[in-house]
Amino acid sequence: MREVFYSKAVNEALDEELSRDSSVIMIGEDIGCYGGAFGVSKGLWEKYGAERIWETPISEGSFTGIAVGAAMMGMRPILEIMFMDFVALALDQMMNSAGKLHYMYGEQVTVPMVLRTPGGAKGGYGPSHSQMLSNLFVGIPGLKVVAPSTPMQAKGLLKAAIRDPNPVVFIENKRLYPQKGEIPDGEYLLPLDKAEVLSEGTDITLISYSSMTPVCLAVKNALKPHGINLEVVDLVSLQPLDTDTIFASVRKTGRVVIVEEACLTGGVGGEVSALIAEHCLDSLEAPVIRVGAADVPIPSSLDLEKIVLPQADDIVQAVKRIREWT
Amino acid sequence: MQLSTDQLLDFYHLMVKIRSFEETLGSLFSKGLLGGTSHFCIGQEASAVGVVQGVRDTDWLVSNHRGHGHLLARRLDVYRVMAELLGRETGYCFGRGGSQHMCSMDNHFLGTNGITGGGIPIAAGAALALKCQKSDSIVVVFFGDGASNQGTFHETLNIASLWKLPIMFVCENNLYGMSNPVKCSVAGGGRIAPRAAGYAIPAQTLEGRDVELVWETTRQAAERIRNGGGPELLELMTYRLCGHSKSEPRVYRTREEEEQMAKFDPLVTFPKRLLELGCTQEQIDNAANSARQMVEAATQKALQDKPGDRQVALSGVFAKEEVSK
Repeated sequence: MREVFYSKAVNEALDEELSRDSSVIMIGEDIGCYGGAFGVSKGLWEKYGAERIWETPISEGSFTGIAVGAAMMGMRPILEIMFMDFVALALDQMMNSAGKLHYMYGEQVTVPMVLRTPGGAKGGYGPSHSQMLSNLFVGIPGLKVVAPSTPMQAKGLLKAAIRDPNPVVFIENKRLYPQKGEIPDGEYLLPLDKAEVLSEGTDITLISYSSMTPVCLAVKNALKPHGINLEVVDLVSLQPLDTDTIFASVRKTGRVVIVEEACLTGGVGGEVSALIAEHCLDSLEAPVIRVGAADVPIPSSLDLEKIVLPQADDIVQAVKRIREWT
Repeated sequence: MQLSTDQLLDFYHLMVKIRSFEETLGSLFSKGLLGGTSHFCIGQEASAVGVVQGVRDTDWLVSNHRGHGHLLARRLDVYRVMAELLGRETGYCFGRGGSQHMCSMDNHFLGTNGITGGGIPIAAGAALALKCQKSDSIVVVFFGDGASNQGTFHETLNIASLWKLPIMFVCENNLYGMSNPVKCSVAGGGRIAPRAAGYAIPAQTLEGRDVELVWETTRQAAERIRNGGGPELLELMTYRLCGHSKSEPRVYRTREEEEQMAKFDPLVTFPKRLLELGCTQEQIDNAANSARQMVEAATQKALQDKPGDRQVALSGVFAKEEVSK
């Protein structure tokens, strides 16, 4: 094992897959000598050249369609969308082409492409550069959606996503890029449809993904001295949801807090909550509580941003509320 | 290059097949045997046949919402095309796609597309794949005057030019985007070809109802593109002698205009031209009759087929393995 940054884990996955398979290409803005807006694609253009790393003009709507067409013809394009908010510009091709083509064209084509994009706020980027839009894709049939929270997950999942015959939305996170974690020395892949119990506990289950997972782990450590033993489940895959792992934890603890950086309304947390209500009602000893961003755009001011986004203390309050429920 | 008598008669056969196919659809609609909507290309058959026959069968086609002409000009099985429209399991896409979402990879037909302008970047992506794979095939993408107002048109022309992609942009300018006349929707006088100049793409406007001219122009452009010349755009001036979709009342234009335009109906003008070129009336009639009989037989056969079941409706969203080219 060795320790790497989250961004480096993503970069290694890209590098290894570009090296392994000549049909893998990258498409996106400023992914040439600049190395991508957050430097995640650094060094790849120098190593693989302009015939593999296709740096585009600022045209998300069309270069996403170009990735779809190339994928239909046997290539494995990896898109880099600079900020997750910009996926709005790419949405038509993801929704009406990438997700639908295999089904609507009678299974004659596959669309093996990955859309990589960093979601979430990093502190002051403001309304058009900060949103976690995980909820946007999970309601579109035909798309797989993963949102890794650790370097270990990021590398193994991205390699699996690139090799998957279906379009995969790969949600990175700006706040996670500089976080470190251990990964194996050799090659490894991780399944695209499995949640991960990151820390076992007995009292309450915290379910989260992406940037909120490290926050949940911190809350667990903070509350341990108070005699509260939290279990932390990372969804990892948002579409499909790994209900086996989720339900097993709920049945064990009977108490659940779901935490996400996305807006509370219409989010993945609501879907998870509904599934728990449908399938685990007998095991529940308290209502399922969701913690997420307020239903407002993400403001630029650091102070305002903090008010809007879920904080560790919001999770602590939810845990207290659920613990006191009788 | 000179077309042989056989080729000319074949073109006419294909044009009649397209017309007859859509007239049959019209009658199926009125009998309540066909659901949803459908966009006819009645009057535009020459542009479909001229372009598709002007490229190689191994060149890839991307079509739009008005794609019956393109499908049949590429010689897809008319029975399976009809079955797809009728929602039968024997259709090219098991009835999941219908008119606007039909694909046949065996025919190098990458699909009709229900989003106006949606096929344009997909076609450029296919062309990028061909470039990466060092193939000598090219991609042809059909779209209408209306799609040239979408961002995807402009963005894709820019990228295709920068990357010198092997792609032919074919705009069938039928003067109306649904109800909206080109003079009200395309700034600068309603022509699409001049827009290509902004992206350094060679473009020409030509009479799209002259199948010989379309064929020859396409053939020459295809060879230039195949030889690495980069993308080109053809604007084919044409006219749809029917409504935008099945039975709309065409309130946006006059019956006088339509009567005037009907004189240029390629199915009226081309048989006269065939006589001038030395074909006999009997040959011409045979080409037309055989086309109509094929459509009739295909329709009767498809009507007997069963629609898909729950399995067809609920499976096939995700692929287990890659199946594309």
